[in-house]
Amino acid sequence: MVDEVLKIKISESVPSVLFEEGGEWITVMIEPPSWLSLADRFRFAPGLDFDFLFCLTCIDWKSHFTMVYHLRSTLNGQEMVVKSKLDHTAPEMESVSHIWRTAEFHEREVYDLFGIKFLHHPDLRRLLLTDDWKGYPLRKDYEDPVNMIKL
Amino acid sequence: MYNFEEIGTTELGDLIINIGPQHPSTHGVLHLIVTLNGETIKNVEPHLGYIHRSIEKMCESLSYRQFIYVTSRMDYLSSHINNHGCAMCVEKGLQIEVPPRAKVIRVLMDELTRLASHQLWWGALAMDVGALTPFFHAFREREMINSIMEETCGARLTMNYMVPGGVMIDLHPNFQRGVKEFIIHFKSKIDEYDDLVTGNVIFQNRMKGIGFISKEEAISYGCTGPTARGSGVRCDIRKLYPYEIYDRLQFEEILETGGDCFARYIVRMREMRQSLSIVEQLIDNIPEGDFQAKTKAVLKLPKGEFYAKIETARGEFGVYIVSEGGTTPYRIKFRSPGFSNLSALNHMARGHKIGDLVAIMGTLDLVIPDIDR
Repeated sequence: MVDEVLKIKISESVPSVLFEEGGEWITVMIEPPSWLSLADRFRFAPGLDFDFLFCLTCIDWKSHFTMVYHLRSTLNGQEMVVKSKLDHTAPEMESVSHIWRTAEFHEREVYDLFGIKFLHHPDLRRLLLTDDWKGYPLRKDYEDPVNMIKL
Repeated sequence: MYNFEEIGTTELGDLIINIGPQHPSTHGVLHLIVTLNGETIKNVEPHLGYIHRSIEKMCESLSYRQFIYVTSRMDYLSSHINNHGCAMCVEKGLQIEVPPRAKVIRVLMDELTRLASHQLWWGALAMDVGALTPFFHAFREREMINSIMEETCGARLTMNYMVPGGVMIDLHPNFQRGVKEFIIHFKSKIDEYDDLVTGNVIFQNRMKGIGFISKEEAISYGCTGPTARGSGVRCDIRKLYPYEIYDRLQFEEILETGGDCFARYIVRMREMRQSLSIVEQLIDNIPEGDFQAKTKAVLKLPKGEFYAKIETARGEFGVYIVSEGGTTPYRIKFRSPGFSNLSALNHMARGHKIGDLVAIMGTLDLVIPDIDR
């Protein structure tokens, strides 16, 4: 299922990446500080051309966060996933909203619900919740006795 | 309380106004903060969350059978297709093969939903730009589809008909007859739609050259569905990554290159004819057999990550499930098409007049619960 040709292409353009096995698509693990330069290469390197960021989300693993970026190329139809492990106490990630404009809203949503700080984001404010909301609802340790109904 | 320094650069004489959250043309509780210079839009800033229910968090405590019902409440005009996407994602994790009859029923329901959704969009758009009559025409046809749905699914809006493994119950005996009547009726009416609105000079003046977005920008903003296809982006999931039986059906992916409101309008109008043709191809060819695969009473997805994507009436809807092997998802993410399409609104509206904002929002076909989730 995993496209070997694309895997070779990625390792040629971006030699330092680590691949994660399993899953539907080629999955690349990256270090948060290198994301900005790697994102630029994924987007513009010939043969990769991942111009469409179709899903951006975050997972709270209690000990750490994982940022997940789903990328697709509208030129050749290939897809890949980029993942990055973030520290739980002070999660920070470089913003990619200047590369994929859709990331601006998606990053604001993740900031709102997970509290991930996106560096160099043009307008990092809460998107769905009110400005004075306490806490980050999609974190696993979030407690809200008023608004949360547990089954 | 708004921090006015945050709302872009303002000069002396600029006016900041609120549109919504209770405004008929926002089709729900969308709140826009618009910075105007005279009548010209300088900046549009959407404020979301008035109907945010944190469906993603709710789903974390619901089982794989239960969470599908919540998703009907997101994009309520494409509830069949939302349910379908979620069911596909669970099936992918459990490797369930859906029986042929269920596949055909699913596609039929999806396309009828798409028709109903586009009809409502058409009526509402015409009403937004000042023509009241088309709304009643559109609802007359939509009513027929709703009645067909009601007969089979028991509901008119939140159908909850697709379940993991197939569909919940078999088709109602009247289904085929009802759909055939609808096809005959709608074939004559869709030409009437074009006569009434598409060729209208006033309507065209409101649409042409308004809200332009180029192909590159549409991709960068993550636009999908008719919004992106109006700019010439090939993004129809039914064609690019066919699911169910779409690879065996004959239909076109509608592409326009105008990139303006009129192009997006034409895409949806032509899509209605394509959906009608798909329904026509299938209605006499529903195979006999089971409507649901045999599944366990309690579903447990293996540890891992699963992603399913589907084409709703508004664009690409994605379901991303992270499973730890239990009976409930560890994390679930819905990639909603409206959310990304809305992010392009500021780009499209800047430089146009305030009256055009309504036309641009109309052709984006926003459904707010889908955006806020």
